[in-house]
Amino acid sequence: MARYYQPEIETAPREKILEIQNEKIVRQVRHVWDNVPYYRDLMMKKGVTPEDIHGVEDIKKLPFLSKSDLRDAYPYGLLGTDLKNCVRIHSTSGTTGKRVVAFYTQHDIDLWEDCTARAIVAAGGTEEDVVQVCYGYGLFTGGSGLHGGSHKVGCLTLPMSSGNTDRQIQFMMDLGATILCCTPSYAAYIGEALAEQGYKPEDNKLKAGIFGAEPWTEEMRRDIEKKLGIKAYDIYGLTETSGPGVSYECEEQKGMHINEDHFYAEIIDPDTGEVLPDGEKGELVFTSLDKEAFPLLRYRTRDICVLNRTPCSCGRTHVRMSKPMGRSDDMLIIRGVNVFPSQIEAVLLKEGYTPNYQIVLDRERNTDTFDVYVEVSADQFSDLMSQIQKMEKSLESALRTMLGIGPKVHLVAPKTITRSEGKAVRVVDKRKLHD
Amino acid sequence: MAITQISLFLMNQPGQLVDAVGTISGAGSNIRAMSIAEANDFGILRAIVTDTDKVCDVLKEKYLVTRTPVVAARMDDRHGALYPILEALNENNVNIEYMYAFTGTGPEEAYVVLRVQDPETAEAVLHAAGIETLSDDSLKI
Repeated sequence: MARYYQPEIETAPREKILEIQNEKIVRQVRHVWDNVPYYRDLMMKKGVTPEDIHGVEDIKKLPFLSKSDLRDAYPYGLLGTDLKNCVRIHSTSGTTGKRVVAFYTQHDIDLWEDCTARAIVAAGGTEEDVVQVCYGYGLFTGGSGLHGGSHKVGCLTLPMSSGNTDRQIQFMMDLGATILCCTPSYAAYIGEALAEQGYKPEDNKLKAGIFGAEPWTEEMRRDIEKKLGIKAYDIYGLTETSGPGVSYECEEQKGMHINEDHFYAEIIDPDTGEVLPDGEKGELVFTSLDKEAFPLLRYRTRDICVLNRTPCSCGRTHVRMSKPMGRSDDMLIIRGVNVFPSQIEAVLLKEGYTPNYQIVLDRERNTDTFDVYVEVSADQFSDLMSQIQKMEKSLESALRTMLGIGPKVHLVAPKTITRSEGKAVRVVDKRKLHD
Repeated sequence: MAITQISLFLMNQPGQLVDAVGTISGAGSNIRAMSIAEANDFGILRAIVTDTDKVCDVLKEKYLVTRTPVVAARMDDRHGALYPILEALNENNVNIEYMYAFTGTGPEEAYVVLRVQDPETAEAVLHAAGIETLSDDSLKI
């Protein structure tokens, strides 16, 4: 028997959802026009004014926002209200030059936590549950997002944050956690650690897990479900739109319901920007319908998805999105962290290396492996093994500082990095995350 | 008066070593001594070769090459001959980064190649202990 957190919204007839969206978009475009000069300029360049927007049908007239706009407007350029009205920020895992800082009013926090609360209830959560949140707390949206939703549902919330697996297991077993929230790779890791400590899947009280922030496969879902003895639910979101909870899975596990009363989704052709019909694969674009502090309109996520508007047997009427099937840019998501190859190149040049490198990603025990092969130049070569190993360590540390995630560096001889058609192959992704 | 060692950066893959040795051979050079240090992904081939300049020029086309001054200490090819060399260095706090040995062309003659931080000091220590060392000229390389 399906349960809902806000049944009147989650199961509203389509006409009702459309009505809410139409009303909100008119107000939101006016709010942005009045408060965000950066976006007003983009609208003026496109010859659009708030008077042209009568409903979601007109969203396609609005200009797009992309990551580079967020960078150009950093930090306050897209702020939609006075700072005195803001109560919090969150920031992406990206680093220098790519960092995004998102602002929240209390209203924005509330609607975000409603979204994560819907996800928790869709995963079977009630006030009887003990929710163990081991997403990172802090600038990352994962921890506080699920934490807030868990409070709203009335669950006992264990604010564990990430890491310290022994302690995670101790709290999980001693306090009888029933819902686990973390990245899928960490869930798999906890599953393995439990087995190593002699626990069988039926020894824990977990019934569900809400996993997101990184790409994962159906195979991985089955593996986690088996290891932990749970049902594993996917959750999607990005800092730019608020955080996890923009969309989430119900018990059908066939796509993630987008919280359409807060976020309007479009699928576009990434090359032409043209809106594609439902069912076609393209880039996912979100318009925030009622956020105050960071009201992004037509934000290009770069995630390639498909929307599915067929009715879901769970009773929710909100459109479903597929798991992202890839990216329309070169961003890599490694252990939940966003990495651009250009960041690696910048570190190499700064550390005196040639920009001849190759990133190799793979999966071992359901965790991403991250290797960077770098060509050594003649003036760096030494006859001393210790010297070369020191170079590897120091480059690993510089990359870790820049990326927030540590790769294994392998120094290799010049001209050994694979080249195809004369161009070096920068990324070899063997993780098979997409079909 | 240290001697010149060449070092090559080789990937830890089949075919790398045979190709490098073939290149040295192609330059008409004789390898008097060699050793390999291996890591996971790569290895460093260190060698004492004849016609060092020519070999370096040819190798540079294909490999990372570096020249390093190393000390070649003479010893008799008999048991216990290495000990006084290491003892002398140890007594004078000379640290050895790595070493390898080769036999000489004369009867019962052997050499140990020593990589140290400061070859001049190491040679002075050895000479004071009555131990001979080679130069590029004396080794005819």
